[in-house]
Amino acid sequence: MNHNIIIVGVGGQGTLLASKLLGRVFMDLGLDVKVSEVHGMSQRGGSVITYVRAGEKVYSPIIAEGEADIIISFEQLESARWLSYLKKGGTLVSNTQQIDPMPVITGAAVYPERVLERIANLGVSIVAADALSLAAEAGNVKSVNVVLLGIAAKYMGLPEQVWQDAITATVPAKFLEANRRAFTLGYNYEA
Amino acid sequence: MKELLIGNAAIARGLYEAGCKVVSSYPGTPSTEITEFAAEYPELYAEWAPNEKVACEVAIGASIAGARAFCAMKHVGLNVAADPLYTASYTGVSGGLVIGVADDPGMFSSQNEQDTRRHAIGAKLPVLEPSDSEECLAFTKLAFELSEAFDTPVILRITTRVAHSRNPVELSDRVEVPNKPYEKNPQKYVMMPAMAKVRHEFVEERQKKLAAYGADCPFNRVEMADTKIGVITSGISYQYVKEALGDRASVLKLGLTNPLPDSLILDFAAKVDKLYVVEELEDIIESRCRALGLDVIGKEIFSLCGEYSHAMVKKAILGEEAESVAFPEAIPGRPPVLCPGCPHRGLYYALKQAKVYVSGDIGCYTLGALAPLSSVDACVCMGASISGLHGFNKAEGDKNFDKVVAVIGDSTFIHSGVTGLINIAYNKGISTVIVLDNSITGMTGHQQNPTTGITLKGDPTAAVDLEALARAVGIPNVRVVDPNELEATAAVIKEELARPEPSLIISRRPCALLKTVKHAPPLSVDADTCRGCKACMKIGCPAISIRGGKAVVDATLCVGCGVCTQLCRFDAFKTREAR
Repeated sequence: MNHNIIIVGVGGQGTLLASKLLGRVFMDLGLDVKVSEVHGMSQRGGSVITYVRAGEKVYSPIIAEGEADIIISFEQLESARWLSYLKKGGTLVSNTQQIDPMPVITGAAVYPERVLERIANLGVSIVAADALSLAAEAGNVKSVNVVLLGIAAKYMGLPEQVWQDAITATVPAKFLEANRRAFTLGYNYEA
Repeated sequence: MKELLIGNAAIARGLYEAGCKVVSSYPGTPSTEITEFAAEYPELYAEWAPNEKVACEVAIGASIAGARAFCAMKHVGLNVAADPLYTASYTGVSGGLVIGVADDPGMFSSQNEQDTRRHAIGAKLPVLEPSDSEECLAFTKLAFELSEAFDTPVILRITTRVAHSRNPVELSDRVEVPNKPYEKNPQKYVMMPAMAKVRHEFVEERQKKLAAYGADCPFNRVEMADTKIGVITSGISYQYVKEALGDRASVLKLGLTNPLPDSLILDFAAKVDKLYVVEELEDIIESRCRALGLDVIGKEIFSLCGEYSHAMVKKAILGEEAESVAFPEAIPGRPPVLCPGCPHRGLYYALKQAKVYVSGDIGCYTLGALAPLSSVDACVCMGASISGLHGFNKAEGDKNFDKVVAVIGDSTFIHSGVTGLINIAYNKGISTVIVLDNSITGMTGHQQNPTTGITLKGDPTAAVDLEALARAVGIPNVRVVDPNELEATAAVIKEELARPEPSLIISRRPCALLKTVKHAPPLSVDADTCRGCKACMKIGCPAISIRGGKAVVDATLCVGCGVCTQLCRFDAFKTREAR
């Protein structure tokens, strides 16, 4: 079975670490893996998308519209922006956090209302969580990425231990405990 | 042992395993990490050069000395390095010489979409195009062998998706390659007309040999499946073709894309019913096919612009598309922004207030072109801010000199701004140039440069003294400002613009993302004091927004730089202590 997972957010939110961790999980399971990252200009607070693919053999490092099994979104507006990448019957795991983009800050555009509710109304299966609060509860507000991975992990059907091992291998020792807690809080989260 | 590596890290590993000794590069997305990872191997000498021309020449010199040498750059960097490279094609090599060039289809972080293969054709150099991280490592190693076997520099061409995609790579040990002994050979290495004429003939012969080699080499391969569709492809496009078409097409995968292997192409074409070429950017393979008289489908169903995907291939060749849902409303864009606490913000605010024409340059500070600062009026290439401003002033007969400035970062100034500054001094210019000195190369992710006093390997070293440099080249007025002090900065800009002679203003404050920078606690807004006048919104700080008619500060983003407090007439911004 192929896994097609997209991670979207705002540059600086930690999407890159999440994709690295996810790639590691799949590699530890003996699968072929491709992770496509964005570096450079787009990281300066811009909209960021990272693709993670795994399976027997993976060719393309990117995922096209209508192909993602899961979208892990770090921000509501980004959930809306990349929604078309979700396949029919796929799951959107979305943080409820809202970060105004510059056109909204300057008044040139308006942040859409009730974003997640309207996505749900389209018949999309959606798991919304206040990952920022959960990260704070875990002891590190920067562990939003691992909280969201924890939530998404439930929908991937992979053993929990392989996640914990990948966290141990990827996260610096100083932040390890908070990130382990963050993952567990996400994994046990009930929408 | 397998590791999950991005293409750039795999190339660095390839350099290590191939026994490469000298690496000299200038950073540029998407090529930067190659050299950063190379620097982590103690066996490799690795450095940041001031620009790609210098870097390329360092690598050429190391090759002449007999060592395996490498140089990395982004596509536009090759324009800067083209001068030495076109002639290094004539001299050939002693130790293997590989030039890594990263193209950026889709322009994730670039000012144009040029195709490096055009330069390779011009310089008559072989081009290797890996399709994933495994090939990045393998091709890097083979590139050195190819270079030495054919007496030629080799271009290793990657694109953003190859550079920044991560996949499992099998690692091997390093094989030390001793330097070839240096032998004096002016016929080969001194390119004066008499010698160069002979070497040009050699280059043309080499081209023929490389083309013949391409018909049967480890870089090119045929994957036969259904023969109704045949696709010739290379680089990342190969992955898209395989993903989209699987066994429904036969594929000729080209890893050596200059010179192209005519016989291999003709053989493959004869075996398939319908022939396609799938290649990002320029129609290089396609044009060759047409020149060979083949009936081929290419750019008429694909594009010369942007990056491709497997979905694009599927739709163009098979007419198949995946179903998808879309959000039922236009979604506001989220362009990249200057970070909270960015020292460029205060400077651009001062320039906007001064209502000047800003001749811009390449770096984070190009983002000053976007609303609400909207300050930058032109941006062409590295260094063009200064030389372009001089031309702008000369065109106006040096009349409106108090209305125009150039802005350029510290690293970009060293890269190619300093020559423009010398031009201003030498040719009696009157321009005001502002160096945005944030003590690092910012946009590419914090690389050291000749102004920082630290090498790529992290050792302390000489640092360029910008003030002394400006005076030494003949700039009479040199000022230093802290851009976070808005009034003082505005005053200095006004004074220097008023002078009918050249000035250099150094806007000096380290990048807010540097780990060595200590930040003040986040600010907050006293809602009772805030009148909702939105004066603070003019600086485009991502940490400030308006909620319910009042300004609010996002404490997770704010670094307490205090630029906003200088704009508030009502003193509504409070530090934590003041609350």
